[in-house]
Amino acid sequence: MIYNYFFNLTGSEIASAFICCILPLVYVLTYVLYAVYGERKVSAFMQDRIGPNRCGYRGLLQTVADLLKMLQKEDIVPRNADKPFWVMAPIIVFTGCFTAFACIPFSSAFVGSAFSLGILIVMAASSISAVGLLMAGWSSNNKYSLIGSLRSVAQIVSYEIPTFLVVLVMIIILGTLDLTVISEKQTAYFWNWMILGGPGLSWQKFVYIPFMVSSFIIIYISTLAEVNRTPFDIPEAEAELVAGYHTEYTGMKFGMFFLSEYGNMFAVSAIVSILFFGGYQSPFGYLGNSLNLPWLVPIEQLVWFSIKCIFFVFVQMWLRWTLPRLRVDQLMATCWKYLIPIAFVNLIIIGLITVL
Amino acid sequence: MAVKTEEMVLNMGPHHPSTHGVLRLELNIEGELIMKVTPHIGYLHRCFEKHAEAMTYPQVVPYTDRMDYLAAMGNEFGYAVAVEKLLGIEVPERVNYIRVIMAELQRIASHLVAIGTYAVDIGAFTPLLFCFRDREMILSLFEMTCGARMLYNYIWVGGVSHDLHPDFIRKTQEFIPYFRPKIKELNDLLTGNQIFIERTANVGILPAETAINYGISGPSLRGSGLKWDIRKNDPYANYNKFDFDIPVGKGLMGTLGDSWDRYYVRVLEMEESCKIIEQALASIPEGDVTSAIPKRVKPPVGQLYSRIENPRGELGYFIISNGTTSPFRVKVKGPSFVNLEVLNELCKGHLIADVIAILGSIDIVLGEVDR
Repeated sequence: MIYNYFFNLTGSEIASAFICCILPLVYVLTYVLYAVYGERKVSAFMQDRIGPNRCGYRGLLQTVADLLKMLQKEDIVPRNADKPFWVMAPIIVFTGCFTAFACIPFSSAFVGSAFSLGILIVMAASSISAVGLLMAGWSSNNKYSLIGSLRSVAQIVSYEIPTFLVVLVMIIILGTLDLTVISEKQTAYFWNWMILGGPGLSWQKFVYIPFMVSSFIIIYISTLAEVNRTPFDIPEAEAELVAGYHTEYTGMKFGMFFLSEYGNMFAVSAIVSILFFGGYQSPFGYLGNSLNLPWLVPIEQLVWFSIKCIFFVFVQMWLRWTLPRLRVDQLMATCWKYLIPIAFVNLIIIGLITVL
Repeated sequence: MAVKTEEMVLNMGPHHPSTHGVLRLELNIEGELIMKVTPHIGYLHRCFEKHAEAMTYPQVVPYTDRMDYLAAMGNEFGYAVAVEKLLGIEVPERVNYIRVIMAELQRIASHLVAIGTYAVDIGAFTPLLFCFRDREMILSLFEMTCGARMLYNYIWVGGVSHDLHPDFIRKTQEFIPYFRPKIKELNDLLTGNQIFIERTANVGILPAETAINYGISGPSLRGSGLKWDIRKNDPYANYNKFDFDIPVGKGLMGTLGDSWDRYYVRVLEMEESCKIIEQALASIPEGDVTSAIPKRVKPPVGQLYSRIENPRGELGYFIISNGTTSPFRVKVKGPSFVNLEVLNELCKGHLIADVIAILGSIDIVLGEVDR
């Protein structure tokens, strides 16, 4: 474990804990910088445009420049805003998003806290952001923000139900809540991934496959809604609500909302890839094992994990630039009328299969 | 414990991303349900009609450009036709052809903006850029013709300011086969998209009777299933020489006269405009385009109302002449202004998101609403 490694290195619990915290932050910040750049390039590609190409080589420094601009901006607080809550809201949203990374195993050697209730922590932490969004909307004293945040909270709360039902399915099959253990169980090759029925070679593996695929689709749709991405970006539907709950925010406060949006995209992609696509496990075995270089394996795992997560983030971007947006009642209907019943049926059938 | 609830008044605009300009909508909402919509207009008022009284007839032309700035050719066309009727002059046949080609190209360009911005209102950003990419090519054709991309001052009383560029006909003939597959691409991306249909079908239903009572015209009227197009019903210039259909809404995805129908009529109209342009390009005669331009425009005392079919509907000019070189009165019946009136009727009982979907589907240009 990374913590023990640093503990042996520095001999101080505080220092090693601090380093363990910093590492995912660095990873996430780097990812966000290039995810924003990537989003702009992806959208440009889809729309016959060029995209950012002035800052640095092919515009690679564009988001860095944007970030610097945001840091320098005047911090404007609306006169009638409820100031303490207004200031706290972006911090809570960002904290909630970042806490989720504590339990996500980036590789077998790199996990902030190998906690046995990992998946619960991740889901709980990412729900904290709903509180922050409500605070942001209410304290801005702006009607657009208020409507945006109410929609947002309603949406996040509703879509957590199908997400949890699918997570429950996975817990029934795997019998653990620990994300590291879940990743370890899908080890070695891609046919051991949960999307293909999980490890082992029993009759159950083949029965599981259709339910795994439907579970994957449900969790992907509902996590899209949880991170407020198109077609579910209703809280910040710019055509109607200007920018939803963050209409009044400027400068780095807005930056934190922005950062947590991209952070959340990564977090839910990580959940999806851990639950269904083997997390950090390589699909084809490891170069480190065949070359007999054991230190290479965790690095390969980190690369594989990044590839999987970034692929799912890419799909989210792809959807965003293709699809229109649902209306708020249609969004709720999608959740309550389709996703939740299907997820329930999935849960019951998987439960029966496991008992058999 | 009784909970006190009250209607909330939400101000949408004047600067709001999807009011298509500076329109202010006062929404009375109950939760997200619309009780009443009051449009407040006038932010772009530039006294066009008053200005027109102080100028000679030809000087008014550039001002008409600035009303419906997405369909400037149509505005000029309507004004030129009206003044020519007042003067009683006939324009050369080539001029009529050029005017029709320009007006139809302008119709395609204007509908592309309408469709693109409508997609953005619904939340899909990509179709906008696809539409603008194609519109750009039409604007380049206009630029080649008269040097301007938005406000042309090209169609003059009695003629057009220049003859066509030598390359114009070839380039336009290349554009049409390029553009047709793009309509199909648009249909694949947006028109048939289930989410788009969910958002627009059965939203903002405008029955034909209401449409007539409010004086709606253009694609919004045809979306309700009424076959009324001034190009056919009251032909001007040489529209009666061309073979084209008038697409009407059929309620394919929901009820007749919903937002999807109004949207789809525009898509179909682009195809019809392509047909007209093709026919006009094939049969355009040679001739002098400036020969009929009068040296001094001084119509006899009298008044007349003349109308044309602009991309947004019936654009009418009511001109009173007192026998001098400037008009005594120029009154414009702008389709955007008339169509906007029905907004409250359409929005009642819908959600906030639908206001945007409805406003986009009646496709207004604030420059013309306010004039």
